[in-house]
Amino acid sequence: MFQFIFRRLSLVIPTFLGITLLTFTLIRLIPGDPIEVMAGERGVSAERHAELSAQLGFDQPLYVQYYHYVTGVLQGDLGNSLITREPVMKEFLTLFPATIELAVCAAIFAILIGLPAGIFAAVKRGTVIDHSVMTFSLTGYSMPIFWWALLLMLVFSVNLGWTPVSGRIDVVYWIDDVTGFMLIDSLLSDEAGAFTSAVSHLILPSIVLGTIPMAVIARMTRSSMLEVLSEDYIRTARAKGIAPWRVIVIHALRNALIPVITVIGLQVGILLSGAILTETVFAWPGIGKWLIESIGRRDYPVVQGGILIVACIIIVVNLLVDITYGIVNPRIRHSR
Amino acid sequence: MKKGLAKLTLALMAAGAIGTSAHAASTLVYCSEGSPEGFNPAFYTAGTTFDATSKNMFNRLVEFKLGTTETEPGLATSYDVSSDGLEYTFHLRKGVKFHAAKDFKPTRDFNADDVIFTFDRQGNKENPYHTVSGGSYEYFTGMGMDTLIKKIEKIDDYTVKFVLTKPEAPFVANLAMDFASIFSKEQADAYMKAGTPEKLDIDPVGTGPFQKVQYQKDSLIRYTAFKDYWKGKAKIDRLVFSITPDASVRYAKLKAGECDVMPYPNPADLKQMEADPNINLMSQEGLNVGYLAFNTQKKPFNDIRVRQALSLATDKSAIIDAVFQGAGKAAKNPIPPTMWSYNKNVVDYPYDPVKAKKLLAEAGYPDGFSTNIWAMPVQRPYNPNARRMAEIMQEDWSKVGVKAEIVSYEWGEYLNRSKKGEHDTVLLGWTGDNGDPDNFLYVLLGCDAVGGSNRAQWCNEEFNNLLLQAKQTSDKAERTKDYEEAQVVFKREAPWITIAHSVVYEPIRKEVKGYKIDPLGGHYFYNVSK
Repeated sequence: MFQFIFRRLSLVIPTFLGITLLTFTLIRLIPGDPIEVMAGERGVSAERHAELSAQLGFDQPLYVQYYHYVTGVLQGDLGNSLITREPVMKEFLTLFPATIELAVCAAIFAILIGLPAGIFAAVKRGTVIDHSVMTFSLTGYSMPIFWWALLLMLVFSVNLGWTPVSGRIDVVYWIDDVTGFMLIDSLLSDEAGAFTSAVSHLILPSIVLGTIPMAVIARMTRSSMLEVLSEDYIRTARAKGIAPWRVIVIHALRNALIPVITVIGLQVGILLSGAILTETVFAWPGIGKWLIESIGRRDYPVVQGGILIVACIIIVVNLLVDITYGIVNPRIRHSR
Repeated sequence: MKKGLAKLTLALMAAGAIGTSAHAASTLVYCSEGSPEGFNPAFYTAGTTFDATSKNMFNRLVEFKLGTTETEPGLATSYDVSSDGLEYTFHLRKGVKFHAAKDFKPTRDFNADDVIFTFDRQGNKENPYHTVSGGSYEYFTGMGMDTLIKKIEKIDDYTVKFVLTKPEAPFVANLAMDFASIFSKEQADAYMKAGTPEKLDIDPVGTGPFQKVQYQKDSLIRYTAFKDYWKGKAKIDRLVFSITPDASVRYAKLKAGECDVMPYPNPADLKQMEADPNINLMSQEGLNVGYLAFNTQKKPFNDIRVRQALSLATDKSAIIDAVFQGAGKAAKNPIPPTMWSYNKNVVDYPYDPVKAKKLLAEAGYPDGFSTNIWAMPVQRPYNPNARRMAEIMQEDWSKVGVKAEIVSYEWGEYLNRSKKGEHDTVLLGWTGDNGDPDNFLYVLLGCDAVGGSNRAQWCNEEFNNLLLQAKQTSDKAERTKDYEEAQVVFKREAPWITIAHSVVYEPIRKEVKGYKIDPLGGHYFYNVSK
């Protein structure tokens, strides 16, 4: 098992270096000078431009800039934002808890609905239930997120008044930033009603963000289950008179889970890298919006650092998925 | 323990708030459009940052009278100008208190040292604070204050003298700008002594009506009313900026009562807002202008007849309808009508394609010519859809035989290339900084700005001399005369087609009282009650 993990880890280093090079080059390939963008219509004089370039290190050859960047990264320094002048790592750590909180809730929603729906559709193959689940998931999969979010918001928040419109907690609660996770911080605060308010703020964004992953998981579970259910050993199990639910849950599901875990892993990776549209609509202070805004402002350090961290998260999640395979299906860890 | 300490600090800082429970205090929620870039307004140029800092947390020596572009006394009760216009002596207000921060309690009132520190930090490279937090003071240098201020002298604790290198009448208006917000020297010294000078820019104390209590990036900013504010405590107890980047969501929050005031509504929502009984839709013409600049150094636009012809060939009313959807007014002068010295008597070029064609023929282009129109890739207050605007102009111009190709670049690139004059004609605009006509006319059309913000690359001696003359005197009546005349010259020479001034809309909840739209684009909450 250790050898397996070690082999996987050794692949991480070149991937990591590749990402640093890619983000560094790509953001510089986009036309647009960060100093000009910062100055706007007002503009800066040529001397001031040169002075600022020197201050930010943009006057050095690209390979020197890259060298400084990589040596910084290796020492854990991702540089400072050109706009806020705060360390990139600090900004990331401030925003990441909000992204994790939303991603976890969205993932729970997606799995809780998607997995049973997929199993159910496979078991009831060809019936109305199967068709409705599939239509439902196809609609969910092709849902324009921005529109979906606004629709839910108008119906449930503005017209019915059941959920709050946006934000993480009602403004009447003055919650201290202890962990950055609003659910935990609101519990730690002594204010009555704060936790309920935090939960109610999570409902709509989680549903919106979880919609596509839910659809993907439902479809994947269904097709994977269908494949397994037609296997000989399932027929044998049934012939032996094992209870139908036992056949499905113990015999079929465990074998059908491998591709589903891959999909869940990929989806969680995507969720953790920030949800640009959901975060924008619900004014959710996460990393997706942060990265997009930084690209617009040509905030090189934030784009490079932010994407690097996000990439690392995806690498780690994938590694965990690989390890989970090994646990779920021993053949995988032995065959390599 | 840590949490207990944080609570204690919070309680100390919230000392200005009346009432003991969060629910009893009156709270105003402003759904702002984005996070501030930081909390030192001297570093930045964005209105979003100023709303969160200078407008509500700080004061300046002179301030803009709310709802106008005129200045009134702020931390200075009065000032004298020497006869040569080179010395400005400010008499400072006594008994002005600073807020407290987490780790700083002021021991003295505001005085001359704070004024000198504020400007010396920005202008003097030797000042120990000059390079702290990156040390770039874009507005200070952008307004030419670094070369304008020769020295600042402390006459006594409550008198400060600014000596200038040349007479510059807009200087006083500059001092009302956000970058001139007064910082506490006592706080700066304390942080320098503790070896953490950068804290001054993260958690500065001001003298303004609200003090910052908490900031959660991209989420919210909380303030409490400062009970020792020199004008008296604000009418609301707490102010919350709920950061909401999407305009439709801000509107949903306003409808649901989750915010009280919102900026920058979608033009498409205005009708519905007007009809909503819970919403009061306020509006005012913005201090801005959207224009098309001809590159007057390139053929054929070096010929005044060609510029006049294309001005006649452009149907502004169609643009206002299609691009601004009613949220704009046709512009005839380069300065907006809310600004003093606006010349009402200037007559704009009417839409007259026949006359335009005749002028083009006189200029030697009976069959027209080929040119380009540069359209901005971004949405700005003075031009919500430059591409659409360019298309309408392209259509209009084709009727007089002028074939225009529409060109666009990424925003930074666009600004840079148009500065160098690579365009034939370019769409751009401007939002005023300090309410002084000089800030439009000289910055955008003065000879010094050619190769910079003068996109028409236009240097007209008659026009420029009038502007220089107006800079020399602080007599407002004389200046007004100069600027009015300059606008006549401008219209005749037609270096731009002045297109529109946008109308600023601000929907607020009906229960909010005393809110005023600031023509300079800021959002102030001192006078507001709920």
